[in-house]
Amino acid sequence: MGGKSGLINLAILAALLLLVLPLSLDIFRLNLVGKYLTFAFVAMGLVLLWGKAGVLSLGQGIFFGLGGYCMAMFLKLEASDPVSTKIQSTPGIPDFMDWNQLTHLPAFWIPFRSLPFTLFAVVALPALVALVVGYAMFKRRVGGVYFAVITQALALLLSLGIDGNQGLTGGRNGITDLRTLLGWDIRTKSAQYILYFITCIFLMLLILAGQWMLSGKMGKLLDAMREREDRVRFSGYDVSAMKVFIFCLAAALSGIGGALFVLQVGFISPSLVGIVPSIEMVIFVAVGGRGSLYGAIYGALLVNTAKSLFSESFPQLWLFFMGGLFIAVVMLFPDGLAGVYDLGKRKAGSLLEKFRDRPRRPPEITPLIGSVCEQEKS
Amino acid sequence: MQGFSGLSLFSVLLLMALGLAIIFGQMGVVNLAHGEFMALGAYVVYLCSEVVHAHFPALVPFYFIIAIFLAFCAAGLVGLFVEWSMIRFLYRRPLDTLLATWGLSLIMQQTFRSVFGAREVTPQPPEWLMGSFKPTDSIDIPINGVFVMALTLCLTAGVWLFMYRSRTGLHMRATVQNRTMSGAVGINTKMVDRFTFCLGCGIAGVAGAAFTTIGSTGPDSGSRYIVDTFLVVVFGGTTSLLGTIASAFGIAQGQSIAGFFLEGTMGKVAILSAIIVVLMIRPKGLFASKVRS
Amino acid sequence: MSSNTSFQLALEDLTVSFDGFKAVDGLNLYIEKDELRVIIGPNGAGKTTVLDLICGKTKPTEGSVKFNNRELVGMPEHQIVRAGVGRKFQTPSIYENLTVYENLEVSFPRGRGVFGCLAFTSTPDVTERIRSVADEIYLKEHLEVEGAALSHGQKQWLEIGMLLMQEPQLIMLDEPVAGMSPAEREKTAELLGRISKGRCILIVEHDMEFVSRIAHKVTVLHLGKIIAEGSMEKIQNDPKVIEVYLGH
Repeated sequence: MGGKSGLINLAILAALLLLVLPLSLDIFRLNLVGKYLTFAFVAMGLVLLWGKAGVLSLGQGIFFGLGGYCMAMFLKLEASDPVSTKIQSTPGIPDFMDWNQLTHLPAFWIPFRSLPFTLFAVVALPALVALVVGYAMFKRRVGGVYFAVITQALALLLSLGIDGNQGLTGGRNGITDLRTLLGWDIRTKSAQYILYFITCIFLMLLILAGQWMLSGKMGKLLDAMREREDRVRFSGYDVSAMKVFIFCLAAALSGIGGALFVLQVGFISPSLVGIVPSIEMVIFVAVGGRGSLYGAIYGALLVNTAKSLFSESFPQLWLFFMGGLFIAVVMLFPDGLAGVYDLGKRKAGSLLEKFRDRPRRPPEITPLIGSVCEQEKS
Repeated sequence: MQGFSGLSLFSVLLLMALGLAIIFGQMGVVNLAHGEFMALGAYVVYLCSEVVHAHFPALVPFYFIIAIFLAFCAAGLVGLFVEWSMIRFLYRRPLDTLLATWGLSLIMQQTFRSVFGAREVTPQPPEWLMGSFKPTDSIDIPINGVFVMALTLCLTAGVWLFMYRSRTGLHMRATVQNRTMSGAVGINTKMVDRFTFCLGCGIAGVAGAAFTTIGSTGPDSGSRYIVDTFLVVVFGGTTSLLGTIASAFGIAQGQSIAGFFLEGTMGKVAILSAIIVVLMIRPKGLFASKVRS
Repeated sequence: MSSNTSFQLALEDLTVSFDGFKAVDGLNLYIEKDELRVIIGPNGAGKTTVLDLICGKTKPTEGSVKFNNRELVGMPEHQIVRAGVGRKFQTPSIYENLTVYENLEVSFPRGRGVFGCLAFTSTPDVTERIRSVADEIYLKEHLEVEGAALSHGQKQWLEIGMLLMQEPQLIMLDEPVAGMSPAEREKTAELLGRISKGRCILIVEHDMEFVSRIAHKVTVLHLGKIIAEGSMEKIQNDPKVIEVYLGH
């Protein structure tokens, strides 16, 4: 929601992302943060889809990947102009196609020569896939576990499909060796700084949009749907249409994240599309707090930072830690860090009230005030 | 030959699906670590093989049967621990069990990696399992394949008999269908749940033992089959044993045949796509019955 | 099939079977405008199933449900609601996390599509309507109270209020006074009397005393079939009914 606490949260985030981190980290690590932030886009989508609408998707890697591959295809085509590729048997096409003895560009690559189309596809393609899948499933009331397992299967499907078609997609190695965006070299330090700030700005704009959406009727409705879907349906709402909408939104957000990932990191591969990355994206949200947009961002940053640290020093322990994290979040901290934060705020708030209004007010008022605070925070 | 490798895959899938269907279909618990229980069974058999070949060579011809039994027990015991420490708090929260068991699977995978190493291992099969039947000159039926199938059939029959003809099985079914009333007539529903989960895991252990005859075992062998197994269970309809069998058969054979015609992973892609399309049309599976919601 | 223009709700030859068991068997039921009809019957008679069939929660295997001469069978639930049918469930089905005000606001029949939701703003006419409905359901002083904090009876009233917000022409209530104190029953009977003007109400209930207070006409269901229909006195003296209820 908006309101005072929303602005404070935004200010803290802005200070962190736009001031603290750029000033204290070198460009290499800042670039890593930028990478983690692209996962935060997916996480935000999951907050809307899972935290708010109550639909768990284990396949968001699909949409992240689709957005990423769209952008990668554009960049790869730019890097594969006839001059740079003149040593290939067929110049003018990406190197992996040449290795696979393709002699011309496959038809579906051609539109990605255009940047406007690519930008459109980054958002529209994931949304379209989500529309088809979502419509098929939500109309038939497929939910809960069935939906989760099917999204997992779809993620597997896509990653296998990409993997097995090296000529068309770059296969297991993915699409690499990306260089310039309309002539601007994205590998330079200055470009990385710029892309980092672009990612941050996008993130904050989207979080504002998300807050606006949730503060109105849509937010209340999603809460109602999550709690009592039947009642919402019997109040005349087309529940499946709502779910499809949120699913498409989450898909589009993930697609944008994927594209920004490719711009900052310089490659995409099926390892970002399949089952494992998709379920990792869920843990970011679970740790941060599935009901909180800000929680999603911090969750993504924290878990990925932990992963880097562990991989550097104790690679064996990382899986233990992540496995333990899943279990701990489910059993002990279902609302993640945001829940802990809320609890702390409430305890502090009621302590303050108790202190301020000692003998005069009867104790019944305190819980009511607490619940009003909770509604504001939302 | 092609048909037979499909049958071996069918056996493994069916054994895994049986265990999973019991846990998921009966209890609504989503065990994403089910593949790791299978791997556990396989590793137990491998351990037995190493120990027997090194220290008790006289037992070599017999060890395999004992190892299968040990695999069942080991998996069941670990299942018991998992149920007691984690699952029993999550019974009415299927999405949460999904995430928690995924975490468990990561822990188990890393444990395997740390204890047994990242390379794949294979137990040494006993003499009588090697080689093949040759009823005619052109037909070549591998013995281990037959053994696995026989084991699968026995176990399936055993499970069916147990569920539908024994007192404990009756208790299990009663608890699933009406927990409150079952408790009211004196059935200890907590113990039934615990037992159900352990049984499912134990069966997975046996699947792992069977698996050692057709492939080698590595830390991530379990994760290779888990999505397939879930699809088998969901595709066949979680309430029907017959559905699970038919579904496992169909999917295994389908993959085998598709793999023959389409190169590499595209066979699997084709089958996966087909399953997903069917599931989108009939989400409750092919054999689900209509009940009052 | 002739269209019964005088009846607001017409169920004809309605049948639904689950795996061979006929929960509702060839049912013919007609309700007129301004009528308050109560369905009674022993457990398992199919009463809740009838409500499920009308509001679209369950699909019949045979038969038709006509409301204002519109065929409801085959329509998705939310369309049936928009056609003017409101359903209250057996256990109070309100949004515990939202306040009474918000519960009613969400039930306001505007902005029910995706974009309607996004663009919805609470205008004075919405607020006005919420206040007047809250007044009807005895919750005028409780607008800012969270749903979870209401008493059982108040939750039932809130749910009725949520239905009233939609301005339905058919209200279906499943055991509206279950778990209520005598004082609350009194108020509920009064409420139902008030809201039956201009619409028809279909109630499933067990409490005979309550039924005799409010019912215009009573239908008795047993094993999916109607065994008696008429005023309360008539059916109370019907031998078939007495046998089925074991002399209640």
